[in-house]
Amino acid sequence: MPADIVTLVLCGAGLVFFFAGTAGIIRFPDTLTRLHALTKADNVGLGLLITGLAFQAPDWQSVGKLVLIWAMALIAAGTTAQLVARSALQQQDTSQ
Amino acid sequence: MASSSIFGLCGALLIGMGLYGFITHPHLLRRLLAFNVIGSGIFLLFGATAARLPSAATDPVPQALIITGIVVALAATALGVGLVLAYARVTGRTTLPEDGAPTDPGKPPR
Amino acid sequence: MIDGTASDIAATGFDLVLAAMILGAGLFAVTVRDLFGAVVFFIVYGVFVALAWLRLGALDVALTEAALGAGLTGVLLIGAVARLGRRTGTQGTDALSRRSAFSVRSVSQIATMLVSAAVSVALGWAFLSLSDSDGLRAGVAANLDASGVSNPVTAVLINFRGWDTLLESIVLLAALIGLWSLWRDDDWGRRPGLRQHARADGVLAMFGRLLPPFGLLFGVYMVWVGSSLPGGAFQGGTVLAAVWLLMMMAGLMPPPMVTSARIRAVLIAGPLVFLSVGIIGAFAGGFLGLPPAYAKPLILMIEAALTLSIAATLALLVLGPPGGPAMPSGPGDAP
Repeated sequence: MPADIVTLVLCGAGLVFFFAGTAGIIRFPDTLTRLHALTKADNVGLGLLITGLAFQAPDWQSVGKLVLIWAMALIAAGTTAQLVARSALQQQDTSQ
Repeated sequence: MASSSIFGLCGALLIGMGLYGFITHPHLLRRLLAFNVIGSGIFLLFGATAARLPSAATDPVPQALIITGIVVALAATALGVGLVLAYARVTGRTTLPEDGAPTDPGKPPR
Repeated sequence: MIDGTASDIAATGFDLVLAAMILGAGLFAVTVRDLFGAVVFFIVYGVFVALAWLRLGALDVALTEAALGAGLTGVLLIGAVARLGRRTGTQGTDALSRRSAFSVRSVSQIATMLVSAAVSVALGWAFLSLSDSDGLRAGVAANLDASGVSNPVTAVLINFRGWDTLLESIVLLAALIGLWSLWRDDDWGRRPGLRQHARADGVLAMFGRLLPPFGLLFGVYMVWVGSSLPGGAFQGGTVLAAVWLLMMMAGLMPPPMVTSARIRAVLIAGPLVFLSVGIIGAFAGGFLGLPPAYAKPLILMIEAALTLSIAATLALLVLGPPGGPAMPSGPGDAP
């Protein structure tokens, strides 16, 4: 039961971050600020969700898989953010 | 309401949506995209039909058929994209000529 | 059906939200004005559909949909948009829709909408009025021991319905040959795919070096585990194709020459091994009939060869013809 409460709190906090990130994507004015909202908020949000879910895992293997998913998502999201930011910068340069 | 009913009806709606996009869009790539929406709607309808009885596992035969279908759909989409690109290269357009519009010689009408 | 327990209501609620998100993403993919936007919504749509397969208990289909329906189709369509030019795409649509703005368009559009809605309603009604049937589940379960594997989906794909899968692998090849035959004559000596502009020390190149070991391990694992758990040649092959595409996009290796004998040998290895096993089986009993005693090694052999061929075929299908934009760039068409 305490594990359930920890999961609820962590996943709830994770959802708050996801909500903030989504609001940022919709509300912020240009690509770079939107990326800022997306990567910061979603990476922390995913981390909180994964940590929360780890308390529900039946064994350590599952925890390992969850951590692996988190690491992969972090690397992929970071790389994509860099690429999107660079292409946005290039587009700014050509339009000026 | 069981999952199968929800996603079966969802599939039926997707088929209608895809059909609408397929008919109304003049742009060929958009048509290809809409055709893929129709395809996945059909898969969803079919898969949901197979998942209606709540027993231990879903019927493996439809699953295998759907996997085959998804792979063939990708192959067909790739060939379709190739055809659209070749058509755009030859004619400079991404839409088919409208019915009744004069077509250049050597370009097949719809 | 709802029987009042909280978890059932939560599950139904989740399904309803997921179905709404699938329909929303699909609707945007079909109707949004921007071509690139439509492709992005289609990718999101594919991921949601994969989740729906998970909810339906079809794990093998979920893996395939996520890898192929969302992943590779997305790469393919984004590549097509890059070649056609994003603006040209929407301009074509605008010009056509503006020309016939109010007269024929609104009437025919409403008619189309009605017809499409009628198709949906008819299909939904047909779905709901189907009588319950247990399908072929029991038949597959009864013969699973003789199939050589314990994942029923793999048993159906490679053993019971081997015909379908053999022909499917040949369809993939036929699509690739069709795609190649659309190349311009001048392009034949060139490498397929768009030219990539990744910096050698850039973040994409680093990602391209970091991910392949994990990707290769995961792809091979998926094929291996497919005999007993969800996974198999198609899912594993797609992962391998994605790894290969990533390495080519990151500029770490050039796309293969389509004239090379080696790549062609890889392309036909799968169908060839499958066909040979089938023909040898024809002398031993029935075409494509796998004797239960040797079924497992035979299935693993077929799957290994098939995985390589599928990976190579899918990657080459997604790469497409060589060169840059297909549209001659007009005024104001620069990206």
